[in-house]
Amino acid sequence: MSVELDVFVGNTTIMDEEVYQFWLDGYTVNDAVKVRMEGGVLEEYEASTDVLLSDTMDQFRTFQMCERLLHTPAKLANQLLFQIPPHRQTMLIERYYAFDNAFVREVLGKKLSKGTKKDLDDISAKTGITLKSCRRQFDNFKRVFKVVEELKGPLVENIQQHFLLSDKLARDYAAIVFFANNRFETGKRKLQFLSFQDFAFCAGQLISNWTVGAVDNMVEDMDVDLDKEFLQDLKDLKILINDKDLLDQHKSLVCTALRGKTKVFNEMEANFKTLSRALVNIAAKLTNTKDVRDLFIDLVEKFIEPCRSDRWTSADVRLFLTYYTNSARTLDTFRHQVTWDRYMDVIKSCILKMYHD
Amino acid sequence: MPGKLKAKIVAGRHLPVMDRASDLTDAFVEVKFGNTTFKTDVCPKSLNPQWNSEWFKFEVDDEDLQDEPLQITVLDHDTYSANDAIGKVYIDIDPLLSCEAATVISGWFPIYDTIHGIRGEINVLVKVDLFNDLNRFRQSSCGVKFFCTTSIPKCYRVVMVHGFVEELVVNEDPEYQWIDRIRTPRASNEARQRLISLMSGELQRKIGLKVLEMGGNAVLGYLQCFDLEGESGLVVRAIGTACTLDKLSSLPTAVLPACNSPSREMKESPLAQAPSHGCRSSHNSPVHSAAAASARLSQGFSVSVPTLIFTGMRLHRHRSLGETGREHTAQTVLPGRQCRPPFSEDPNPNIHSSGPSTPLKNQTYSFSPSKSYSRQSSSSDTDLSLTPKTAAGAASWRVGPRVSLCPSFPALSSEPLSIPNTFYLPLRPRAGHGSATPPPPPPPVSAQSNSTMLRKSVSFSEDLLLAAFGMGSGGSAGKDGGPLKTLLRQQTQSALEQREFPFFTLTCFPPGFLIHVGGVVSARSVKLLDRIHNPDEPETRDAWWEEIRQEIKSHAKALGCHAVVGYSESTSICEEVCILSASGTAAILNPKFMQEGCLDSYSEHRLEDPAPPSCGFCHIPYDELNMPFPAHLTYCYNCRRQKVPDVLFTTIDLPVEATVMGKGSLIQARLCRLKKKAQGEVNATAISNLLPFMEYELHTQLMNKLKLRSMNALFGLRVQISVGENMLVGLASATGVYLMALPAPGGIQIAGKTPSDITYEQHISNMQKKINDTISKNKDLYEVHPQEIIEEVIGSPIPESRQRSRLFRSHSESSDEVSELDLSHGKKDAFVLEIDDTDAVEDIHSLLTDAPMPSGFYSCNTEIMPGIYNWTSSLQMFTSVRVFRLNNVNLTNQGLNKIFNDLCENLLKSLYFKLRSMVPCCLCHLNFAVAVPEEELIQVAVTAVAMTFDKEQAQENFKANMEKAIMKVISENEEQLQFPLELCTETPAPQPFSPSKGTGHQDGGGIHTSARATSVDYSSFADRCSTWIELIKLKAQAIRRGSIKTTASQEKGSPLPEGRSRSLRCMRPFPSSTVSVVKMTPLSFLPGTRIIKYLGIINMFFIRETTSLREEGGVSGFLHCFIAEVFAMVRAHVAALGGNAVVSYSMKECVFMENPNKNQAQCLINVSGDAVIFVRESEAEATAAAPQTSSMQNLSGAAEANA
Repeated sequence: MSVELDVFVGNTTIMDEEVYQFWLDGYTVNDAVKVRMEGGVLEEYEASTDVLLSDTMDQFRTFQMCERLLHTPAKLANQLLFQIPPHRQTMLIERYYAFDNAFVREVLGKKLSKGTKKDLDDISAKTGITLKSCRRQFDNFKRVFKVVEELKGPLVENIQQHFLLSDKLARDYAAIVFFANNRFETGKRKLQFLSFQDFAFCAGQLISNWTVGAVDNMVEDMDVDLDKEFLQDLKDLKILINDKDLLDQHKSLVCTALRGKTKVFNEMEANFKTLSRALVNIAAKLTNTKDVRDLFIDLVEKFIEPCRSDRWTSADVRLFLTYYTNSARTLDTFRHQVTWDRYMDVIKSCILKMYHD
Repeated sequence: MPGKLKAKIVAGRHLPVMDRASDLTDAFVEVKFGNTTFKTDVCPKSLNPQWNSEWFKFEVDDEDLQDEPLQITVLDHDTYSANDAIGKVYIDIDPLLSCEAATVISGWFPIYDTIHGIRGEINVLVKVDLFNDLNRFRQSSCGVKFFCTTSIPKCYRVVMVHGFVEELVVNEDPEYQWIDRIRTPRASNEARQRLISLMSGELQRKIGLKVLEMGGNAVLGYLQCFDLEGESGLVVRAIGTACTLDKLSSLPTAVLPACNSPSREMKESPLAQAPSHGCRSSHNSPVHSAAAASARLSQGFSVSVPTLIFTGMRLHRHRSLGETGREHTAQTVLPGRQCRPPFSEDPNPNIHSSGPSTPLKNQTYSFSPSKSYSRQSSSSDTDLSLTPKTAAGAASWRVGPRVSLCPSFPALSSEPLSIPNTFYLPLRPRAGHGSATPPPPPPPVSAQSNSTMLRKSVSFSEDLLLAAFGMGSGGSAGKDGGPLKTLLRQQTQSALEQREFPFFTLTCFPPGFLIHVGGVVSARSVKLLDRIHNPDEPETRDAWWEEIRQEIKSHAKALGCHAVVGYSESTSICEEVCILSASGTAAILNPKFMQEGCLDSYSEHRLEDPAPPSCGFCHIPYDELNMPFPAHLTYCYNCRRQKVPDVLFTTIDLPVEATVMGKGSLIQARLCRLKKKAQGEVNATAISNLLPFMEYELHTQLMNKLKLRSMNALFGLRVQISVGENMLVGLASATGVYLMALPAPGGIQIAGKTPSDITYEQHISNMQKKINDTISKNKDLYEVHPQEIIEEVIGSPIPESRQRSRLFRSHSESSDEVSELDLSHGKKDAFVLEIDDTDAVEDIHSLLTDAPMPSGFYSCNTEIMPGIYNWTSSLQMFTSVRVFRLNNVNLTNQGLNKIFNDLCENLLKSLYFKLRSMVPCCLCHLNFAVAVPEEELIQVAVTAVAMTFDKEQAQENFKANMEKAIMKVISENEEQLQFPLELCTETPAPQPFSPSKGTGHQDGGGIHTSARATSVDYSSFADRCSTWIELIKLKAQAIRRGSIKTTASQEKGSPLPEGRSRSLRCMRPFPSSTVSVVKMTPLSFLPGTRIIKYLGIINMFFIRETTSLREEGGVSGFLHCFIAEVFAMVRAHVAALGGNAVVSYSMKECVFMENPNKNQAQCLINVSGDAVIFVRESEAEATAAAPQTSSMQNLSGAAEANA
């Protein structure tokens, strides 16, 4: 004999957050039951395994039925099928769209295409995250991407409005969309030390300073694509390294200001030209899509690694970049202050964020 | 006649993609009513179309308005091929036909398809302009209000209870028509849904007509059921209680505290309880006990041992002895009993010299109240010497019309004795075995002997019946009753006797309505289904039910009762066999509620007419010398004046006035019996033969479990017997309580077979120990500490009222000569269970040890849980369904029992686990429905509500309530003046009552209501108050202040409360979200809230089918989704009516069929309930911190509770 059918439906949909997490994490019903049993729900409630199994199955089924709605979270508030209190709805959505840092790090900057989807089993094996959970997270990225791709207006707000996510999560998704759209390279070994949060921060900086939307906020794709004119203008910065006088002037200004303020002054003085060349060259090459993709790897290879090998502290880096940026403004023959500031503000905060072990 | 129905299609949303190419849909809508169809424009390429159509107008008869639903079909336009249907919405416009309910239906409805489920939503507006129909011969009954609620709806008062209404309509089931072979499943399902919708509309209309004929304007406790008889057709039948209701216009909120939940009142504000408490304690006052004395004539009360009494043909003869025109009545009572097979008289006939007494008694019935004093008092029926019966049950084997092919075989389609035997047999072990007479047979054997006994006792017959009748009616009245009481009795009798069936589907009554309760009466009948040849003449089915009802009526008479309350009917169908069941509680009712004008004409007596004591309903209605069954009677433990039985079983909710110790508990008896597969008559015979044993077993189990919890009464008893191809499944559920008025139950003692070895003795004593442990554990769990213990435990959580009444009792014990009486039966005697083999030991052990509830949980199947008063507002209604497959073919009865028992226990455990976050909470109205859908399947469906309560506050509120009671009433009166204008605005328009009775009563209704708000009528207030002795001073005060607002004149003398309106100021507390929250509950109230308006009945039937079962998550996924969809559709309809809750919700039918091999499944669900608007009490009110403003309703409500 066996239980053929077993359902429980409440007028207010009953959901256990713990079980929801198991479901999101891609556990099978049996695994979830096992974990719950170890968790001690049983002793508390003198429930038998059958009871736990029945409860878990039931909730998994509920979540599965809700999943369709979670794909368009705005529907969840308007649908009639499940009566879910608003705070629960928020919880459901927020958790459904939450992702594992380990997973997102793997797909960040990759094209959200079928091809990538096929690699998910590798990612699953590598990260220890269940394939089911990987698929959900990947599909979430893709879904958000598809929806906001063609929308006007600020990226974060669009995401928030369409997916009812918290501000923090919406920003993370903005970063993911932005990286996916620009296909930034994040997977190289040299970049492995960077966390998703580092990239998300950088993405935020890029979005709010370098995109079309940063200057004109009613353009399509405004927050997803970089401002082409700006990238073009960046070529003008080359004068800082091509003009010998300017370069020397710049170096002396920085060195005067920093003398005695840092332990690595000598290294800084010795490397100034290399570092300055590196930063300006990165700027000048950004018209090239390929080089845009390599922005982060370039920053690491050309700037962060040399500094690190000279044992700069992050305070040293901050000091250097601050004076490096500011003194360029005071150069008499340098006429591209606006472009310079727009470029260096972002580069500075990105480097500072990325400058750790 | 005429009505104009208008509908407007506004918009759609979340539509499914119908065109794969564009991922969009070109939707349009067809609106159909009767034969008229309108279409909207196509809204191209949108999943969220905005049609914003014109108003589609249908000019139709109101008859059609009642029968037909508005049918809205959403389609996808397709240029080249046929348009695809997306789904449909059926809107029942009945709520719009009553002027008091909803005025417009407006909202988002789920678009439902029987194959795909919900597919998006559509926003619709519907209105009706109705012209008054003055045609006397009309076929419509617009304006009659229907309520599923089985108590008096809040915000109404009952002017009069007219009584039982029933109707059934039959038709061919479209699923079994030839055309079904060629049409799609979708078309079949839709044809069926539509037909059932039409049939229930028609049924409701017909019942409405009956109500109008009776002079009523509403149906309470409306219970509609479908019988899917397969090949032989489709039956839709309904029963209900016709009433004349009056809207409490001034105060939609203050309600009859009476009807339902004391707990609700209490909860609402601590003060609410006060008056009812005051009322209770006042019974203990000298005045009341005097009253109780005069009430003695009403003779006590009975055990729940209904009897299967058979009224033979001779009844006519006996009755004809009656001198007056009573004969006439007797005959009207009899039709339908003709097909009784001749039975041999009991060899040892019940000696009953009813000769002289009968006529007397009958006579009194026919008298008009004014005449009868002297006669009554002279009729000393108590002299009747009925020998106490040794065997009480009587089997009525009846040959049903269909099976009468072989009259010589009486068992065919017999209706085995109903509960009687079972009810009363459980008592027998005590009576017989307890006193150590013959060794008890094992269960099966005892059942056997039982049956033989039953056969013998068939003779029980008319003599006894008449005797019982006499007892119940006026007989004993003469002995000790005052004339007034007798008079009342007569009135009731005559009022009730005029009715063919004095049945009431209500389960909850205003205090004082129930005078005595006799016990459960039930009847079952096995029928073979036959094709219904002429749907317009459903005579066969009508006759079947007629028979059953007659049976019930005669059982009630045998218990000395003239009415049946808590009445319900049900069927179980398997192939061509159908078990019809009916059950209720025999009772004697207060005539005040039954007769028009009665109140006025006797108002001068009301001061002397005491409210019945709180224990009154427990007193036996029959004569103790002529008990219809053996029972142990003792003097009432509350008043010490009347006899009470040792155990009381009823189908009703716990009366408000009942004094209960501790908490209640859900008690279930579960049973499976194997049966050979058979066809036709053989099958019917086999089933009939099994039924009595099952009833016996179930009741034995109930009794055991009751004892095990140290309780002495069952409320809300519901016995279900379902038939399958190879087994019968029985499930009896009830709520056990400890009634203070009844003796404490003894323990359970286990006895082994007489010659036994030591190990066996050992075993027995172990068992005994276990049982004793369980009993003492249960006592703590349910806080039942009978008798001695109670005095010791001063700080016990027992509310003070109980302690008081208890104290009072002990006074009377010492001062009253009654205390001399032998009270020995009560607690001293143990209930003896006899065992004669180890199997039986195991059996008993497993039966007796239901898994304990986890701490923090309580459960009951009644509306409220005795002992819990402070509900918080959080609640969770749920439905859970399980289907169990028995793979093991060679099961024994015992194995099967165990499986079924485990199934139920596990289901309960799962529920507790699911709802663990709500602790402390109580599962209320736990309603189990069992079915045997296929040979090896058992299906159990449960619908219930979990309600949380606050452990801490209970007592304080309770005490505070009563202390402040009187003061509150005063402040209430002051308060009333504050809102006169508001009251006026809320005045309902006159209702279209039929003036057929020429009372002028209802006619005046509307006019008076408008006057009501401002006029001051002291006299009516006086009338109202005068019934409550304890409020006399209040009246004086109030009049002095001159601040009394009155009730309308038709309310004069009414014992029912009038409302006050505070909540008018409150607006609907809807959140601003697009989907409004709709609460659902199977109860008639929502704790912490007030229902301010009833919007109409919700009665919906859905079919869902799938041909891709696996893809939808298997059977569980399929059903889970369907139930969620049904909830969603109910909520949407309620919200569209402007409501925010469904009360008295129930799932009547859940028929599930699957064919996994074909990847198919189908399910039919029927749900019903009342759509209401409630307002939440503000926090301020709940805490009652500001007594001035807060307690008005409570007060008025409570005050009325005393009436």
